[in-house]
Amino acid sequence: MEILVCVKRVPDTAENEFELNSVGNDLDRDDLVFSVNEWDNYAVEEAIQIVDNVGGSVTVVTVGDDESEEVLRREMAMGANNGVLLSDDAFEGSDGKGIASILKAEVEKGSYDLILAGAQADEGAGQVAGMLAAMLDLPYASLVNKVEVGEGKVTVGREIEGGNQEMNEIDLPCVLSIQTGINEPRYVGIRGIRKVAKVEIPVRSASDLGVDAAVIGDANAKVKRVDYFVPDLGEGAEMLEGSTDEIIATLIEKLKSKGGL
Amino acid sequence: MTQIFAYIPHQGGVAADISFEFPEAAKKLDAAATLTAVVTGSGADLDKVANSLTSLYAEVIKIDNEALAYPNGEVVRKALVNVLDANAIVLAAHDTFGMDLCPGLSIKMDSAYVADVVEFEGVDGSLLKTVRQELGGAVSTHVTCDIAAGAVITIRPGAFAPVEAGQSGAVADKSADAGDLAGKRRFLEIVEAEVGDVDITKSDVLVSVGRGIEEEDNIEIAQELAEAMHAVVSCSRPIVDAKWLEKSRQVGTSGLTVKPKVYMAMGISGSFQHMGGVKGNPFIVAVNKNPKAPIFQVADVGIVEDILEFMPELTEKVKSL
Ligand SMILES: Cc1cc2nc3c(=O)[nH]c(=O)nc-3n(C[C@H](O)[C@H](O)[C@H](O)COP(=O)(O)OP(=O)(O)OC[C@H]3O[C@@H](n4cnc5c(N)ncnc54)[C@H](O)[C@@H]3O)c2cc1C
Repeated sequence: MEILVCVKRVPDTAENEFELNSVGNDLDRDDLVFSVNEWDNYAVEEAIQIVDNVGGSVTVVTVGDDESEEVLRREMAMGANNGVLLSDDAFEGSDGKGIASILKAEVEKGSYDLILAGAQADEGAGQVAGMLAAMLDLPYASLVNKVEVGEGKVTVGREIEGGNQEMNEIDLPCVLSIQTGINEPRYVGIRGIRKVAKVEIPVRSASDLGVDAAVIGDANAKVKRVDYFVPDLGEGAEMLEGSTDEIIATLIEKLKSKGGL
Repeated sequence: MTQIFAYIPHQGGVAADISFEFPEAAKKLDAAATLTAVVTGSGADLDKVANSLTSLYAEVIKIDNEALAYPNGEVVRKALVNVLDANAIVLAAHDTFGMDLCPGLSIKMDSAYVADVVEFEGVDGSLLKTVRQELGGAVSTHVTCDIAAGAVITIRPGAFAPVEAGQSGAVADKSADAGDLAGKRRFLEIVEAEVGDVDITKSDVLVSVGRGIEEEDNIEIAQELAEAMHAVVSCSRPIVDAKWLEKSRQVGTSGLTVKPKVYMAMGISGSFQHMGGVKGNPFIVAVNKNPKAPIFQVADVGIVEDILEFMPELTEKVKSL
């Protein structure tokens, strides 16, 4: 089974306290810590496990800049066989549809049975995998938390509301977006990363890919983020301050009056 | 004139809560637009939903087909592409079905896509200004969307105020226009979530731990606090993903909905999928080491501390009461 997994380098929500820049319209990007999108690690782990069972290979791909290479290497250290970086100034400012169009061009260069992506990334839109599937006219299932490979098809579980699981049968080739919790992504140590440090990662530009110039880049994006801001959501919480002892004393009184103790 | 269609999720003959929220969203999007509810399904359940919607929408389109009996993103998409005007604006819920349906729908309708919108701030020319969140709710963004050739937009459940019934609309049957609904993905069955050893929905006080608990061994610290408070330990999703607690302890849209009196959010950032499971307006105490954590916007009381140090101290004090 030839599997392609789409991954993304994102600001790490566990490692950063996000602040706006001095103008107040963008994130303060100095010293941001980046990592692989959480959901993508589950997608790569799933791909590796499938290949361990039925044979084949795992390729990880990302649309990004030079720095995105590090996330490809990390996923290759997990066990992905190949990495491909899709990078071109012309890609900058692309909306979800633009990114999906770039990925489509790469998919069409290969011959994949299964295309995986994380269910969502830093923007929380969860859009690229579903768009890619529709562009390729391939069947799609989102929020997948179980995959069983069969003959010419896979049985997949989708996680739906309340933690229930919706089982579907889906013809191959297909596109799946993977939900966290489907597996336990393996740990990657510094030694693992070192092992793949020298592996060649091909970089493909817009012209290498032959991607339609009319759908990529900022100029062709129908959807654009104009700024970041901090919403005024009213009062918010009453913040308890002082020494820990004082805070606990106040908290206990409040808990008593609210039925917590 | 702009046409807005609201795709109505439903189950067991009952329209989802968000069907009361679409009219408010549509009004904020474009007060001059026409709004039509669209509902797909099959048989008596579908008729029941369609009829119920006439009190909220002036026009209700129903698409009845065996193949639509269970909502399958691929099949529903085909039906909608065949029935709806290509330049229309389609509103849907940012829920597990909306996430399945809408990205592909936007491609097939050749229209723009914006997901998980929490507010609309008007249209300037053909540019619709929306508000979204990124990075798990840590920041908000303004996003513009060119709606000239139509748009598919999902809205966050609960983000827009529900409207009261007040319409007396009619149902139009567009089943005949749905076209060929054969698909490459087939629904098999629903596997219900497992029931766990404790029922977190029955507890008046929950000590809920998130990724801030850092390690599996630290769960014990929360258990000791819960014991002292005669409470039960619940958690956010990453704790279940890591297999540190059972799925039946997870609060949120893909876990359980709880209605405690007091909710102690310990090291939880406050994503909408998590808070979506906290109902009944409990007294929320948030302890988080990040003063900017979104949870502080929804909590009643906020404390900036390390839970690994704070919880044991609180446990001691509670025990000595
Ligand atoms: C379709 C879908 C469904 C989902 N369903 C659910 C659901 O049902 N329930 C759910 O919870 N999530 C759900 N999620 C995931 C959700 O989006 C968030 O990723 C998740 O809720 C984050 O959990 P968290 O707050 O524990 O972790 P994080 O967002 O990582 O937050 C951890 C917090 O702990 C703080 N912290 C870290 N260390 C300490 C310390 N020592 N002391 C104090 N504070 C500390 C940090 O500042 C941070 O604010 C769903 C996601 C999707 C896409």
